Amino acid sequence: MTVLATALSDFLHAAVEPQVQVDAIGIGAIYALMAVGIGLVFGVLRLVNFAYGQLVMAGAFALAYASDQDWPVWLGIVLCFVVVITLTLAMERVVFRPLRGKPAATMLVATFAVAFLLQAVALLIDQTDDTLGEPAASLAKLNVPWTILGTDVRKITVVAIVTAAVCLAGLVLILSRTTVGLHMRAAAMDFETARLLGVRADRVIGSAVLLSGILAATVAVMLTVQQPLVTSTFALRETIVVLAGVVLGGMNRLFSATLGGFAIGYASGLLGGALPTAQSQYLPSILFGLVIVILLVRPGGLFTRGPGPVERV
Amino acid sequence: MSSSTLVVSDLVVRYGAVPAVHGISFEVAPGEIVGLIGPNGAGKSSTLNAITGLVGPFSGSVRLGERDLTGRAPEVVARSGIALVPEGRRIFGELTVDENLRLGLAGRRTQRGVAEDLERVLELFPVVAESRARSAGVLSGGQQQQLAIARALVAAPEVLLLDEPSLGLSPAITDTVFDALATIRDSGLAVLLVEQRAQRTVAIADRTLVLANGELRLTLTPDDAGDTERMIHAYLS
Repeated sequence: MTVLATALSDFLHAAVEPQVQVDAIGIGAIYALMAVGIGLVFGVLRLVNFAYGQLVMAGAFALAYASDQDWPVWLGIVLCFVVVITLTLAMERVVFRPLRGKPAATMLVATFAVAFLLQAVALLIDQTDDTLGEPAASLAKLNVPWTILGTDVRKITVVAIVTAAVCLAGLVLILSRTTVGLHMRAAAMDFETARLLGVRADRVIGSAVLLSGILAATVAVMLTVQQPLVTSTFALRETIVVLAGVVLGGMNRLFSATLGGFAIGYASGLLGGALPTAQSQYLPSILFGLVIVILLVRPGGLFTRGPGPVERV
Repeated sequence: MSSSTLVVSDLVVRYGAVPAVHGISFEVAPGEIVGLIGPNGAGKSSTLNAITGLVGPFSGSVRLGERDLTGRAPEVVARSGIALVPEGRRIFGELTVDENLRLGLAGRRTQRGVAEDLERVLELFPVVAESRARSAGVLSGGQQQQLAIARALVAAPEVLLLDEPSLGLSPAITDTVFDALATIRDSGLAVLLVEQRAQRTVAIADRTLVLANGELRLTLTPDDAGDTERMIHAYLS
């Protein structure tokens, strides 16, 4: 009992360290962006896109390629966006659109198939040389720390927080001030009625998918700075954690899904930063144990009012 | 506003092997209200669903003037000039009244004249005009029904379809809604009114079609509204 109390006390002391807090917020910001990307598509298609992580992985490979070719950083980022957005739109056109209206299980399995296909292709690309993984070193300078008020803060953490804030503010503006944003909100609430009013399904879904692709590319850049070795399983763990966060927050609302993403990213960063190195292997168990407990208490989501009906479009 | 006649010809609707509508034909011309009444399961909603594109007809056609809208997607039908006031109103309760009206604009074929059309609609429904900044979810049932009709009208449609607009409304609010329908008809729109309140429908409509078991059984005129015996016979036959 004393050992447990001591461990808890140590953990709490470490958790309130400014550096741990800043890092946790940085991870929360990246996960929140991933949650928005997943939540946007779920809102209009009622589809959980399990291939979202592979889009991020494709963007990371693009950055690694640019780095290998000694391209300037900005050109690598442009390539990353082009690759991810092209793949996202292709996925919508070739897989999501023909399967729209089919049973939910069919669409779900299709996203699994896309995920494994992209992963297999990435593995083949990775195996063209004898090394495991492709380094994306040109962005590494963003991983060095600044010392602010005695706390080491990595540049990427600041970039991640600012980027997430800008992206989320931009998204709020698009959703609240533009016609396509209004149509997306209406479609997420009741797609059938929105279509009966003349809202174009293809345009709304295409816009949501495009926005989710832009966010995936943004996440790819930020994760690649933190994990410069790009493999075929890049972003897989993060996607699974974010999916849990989206469900944890409440996936019927974009706002609650985003908060869920941030919360699980923050908790993950906090546990990762505060747990002693020797105990870091317990992080996933603790994290997902917490997810199960919270879902048992609030099955509709941590940030929603009641379970609410889930209606498929 | 240009006007065309809605022409439904030999419409057959089936859900798998289950037939819902058996080859019905009717027209709704500009400046007239056509009522569609019948008991539950008569095929009224299936007819509306086939017109609006929510279900594809097994056979037959739906035309608006020269345009063939048979089996087209709901948004295509809406953008062709057919607006629906759905059963249960289906207002977006989390959006404001103004945002609901802006959604109605999605069905417009042209963005010219939006301000004038909006002004005309808000004159017709002052309660909607007074509530534009409010959340639509807090409106009363009657206010929501008026908003649903206003939302359909801002699309500047040629044909207005109404599915049970008096459902759940008090007699006083029903009067307001039916008065508005008469004004809408007088403005030159073609109106197809699907209703459970048979007597009110027969009284206001230029023609009322009685549907039973997916077939058109009878056509009633406003003169029949007082003939209770004929009305009952029409429903039970």
